[in-house]
Amino acid sequence: MIVQALAFYLFAGILTLSALMVISARNPVHSVLFLILAFFNAAGLFVLLGAEFVGLILVIVYVGAVAVLFLFVVMMLDISFSDLRKGAMQYVPIGLGIGGILLGELMIIYGGWKFAPNMSENLAAPLLRFESSSNTQSLGMILYTDYVLAFQLAGLVLFVAMVGAIVLTHRTRAGVRRQSVAEQQKRRPEDVLEIRKITSRTGV
Amino acid sequence: MAELWQTYGIWTATTLAYTLLVVVGLLLAVAYLTYAERKVMGAMQRRQGPMTVGPFGLLQPIADGLKLFSKETIIPSGANRPVFLAAPMVLFSLALVAWVVIPFDKDWVLANINVGILYLFAISSMGVYGVIMAGWASNSRYAFLGALRSASQMVSYEVSMGLIIVCVILCSGSLNLQEIVLAPRPLWMQILLFPMFIVFLISILAETNRAPFDLPEGESEITGGFMVEYSAMAFALFFLGEYANMILMSAIATTLFLGGWLPPFGLSFLAFVPGIIWFALKVCSVLFFFIWARATLPRFRYDQLMRLGWKIFLPLTLFWVILTAGVLIVFDALPG
Repeated sequence: MIVQALAFYLFAGILTLSALMVISARNPVHSVLFLILAFFNAAGLFVLLGAEFVGLILVIVYVGAVAVLFLFVVMMLDISFSDLRKGAMQYVPIGLGIGGILLGELMIIYGGWKFAPNMSENLAAPLLRFESSSNTQSLGMILYTDYVLAFQLAGLVLFVAMVGAIVLTHRTRAGVRRQSVAEQQKRRPEDVLEIRKITSRTGV
Repeated sequence: MAELWQTYGIWTATTLAYTLLVVVGLLLAVAYLTYAERKVMGAMQRRQGPMTVGPFGLLQPIADGLKLFSKETIIPSGANRPVFLAAPMVLFSLALVAWVVIPFDKDWVLANINVGILYLFAISSMGVYGVIMAGWASNSRYAFLGALRSASQMVSYEVSMGLIIVCVILCSGSLNLQEIVLAPRPLWMQILLFPMFIVFLISILAETNRAPFDLPEGESEITGGFMVEYSAMAFALFFLGEYANMILMSAIATTLFLGGWLPPFGLSFLAFVPGIIWFALKVCSVLFFFIWARATLPRFRYDQLMRLGWKIFLPLTLFWVILTAGVLIVFDALPG
């Protein structure tokens, strides 16, 4: 038990620290790298909870794909972040306000949990029929049976978003010579080559 | 405290010993993979390969390692120091940590986790960070170009690799690598998976940045790509990481498609040979394919590489996932 607690504090500590570094690092690329560290430690927390499937999917999707693109954007854009920071102080009151509201709401939720007698009845209980199977299996069973419609709809929404992004950013430029592999394969020497006998000093 | 030692001490000690064994074995394997590569390519190109250091040049990799140790580490003045130094470490340690889930023989595995194949996929998808960090931190055009190429190449080929892995998982009904190896695989299933094996072999060439997909290095166009600014041990770590990744990918291919530690072709009378020997032989044959491809094929052009990944492999593997699932459902052969 004590090792598990230590592991939790390790992951949670690094997670919090790196999240702090994300917003305070001067170099934007460093920020993204710390963000990746934060994702990684969040995955570690999931694994500690026994949700290894969710943890690894977090690593594959966020660390392996999303953050790579993010890093690309940050590296390619030449933004002067010190210029952006200049006026940042005027937003501090708003930020503090939003943070305060979130904190208050969390406290209300936690308080209700603690003091309201009926709260525990609303707990989402684990489904008994999945108690014996691994969590990958139970996730699959529930996603593809009870929630298949919602799952498919989520896929559709993502698909539409992808098509939209491609359509919005696609431009057709004039004068681009594209390679058509099929056409290249179709070319035969007799169509494009011609052999002529040339007597010397006459030219073609 | 004594209780804690009782519960965790022995476990920690055995795990450390096993880890040390795997790491040392892997480093030796990497060293002799470079030797094998030079010898095999030499034989294919009618040369002798390394000959002078030791009998048959067998000590050549050790000498190379010592040479790299004794060189000076040069850090460019414009480089981003912490990221520059972290990049090779990230790449190399990722190549090492993946080995915890690889089963070398029945129950010869450090962490027999339920989602082993996802773990491998996650680790291999993180490998791209070492490259991007190196390319960006070097503060050099060539290095950055190499990193961009490498990142887009690895991300593209990961997509089809993921779909191939889905095919295998469909056929074995588990994400655990041991169970994938032990899952029964009748002949029709092998035939069904064979095209995916071919695509997987080609994808791992691209995933490890090896010839004919070694555009991130591309010494004839970008002078060595993302590692152009690295020297001495930092370079050696990249080098070791690349070769360790090759061995890792071969081990994954062995586990997914070639039956891991089991005797080949289901010849059960060969089961008296220890499983680790079969495993090593299968890994070596995939590695031979790596070297063979390098000695035979010229480098791809960049747009051809992308076309192969997105326009050919992605539709093909996607179709094959649907085909595999369909076949399994129609013949009521869905495992688990």
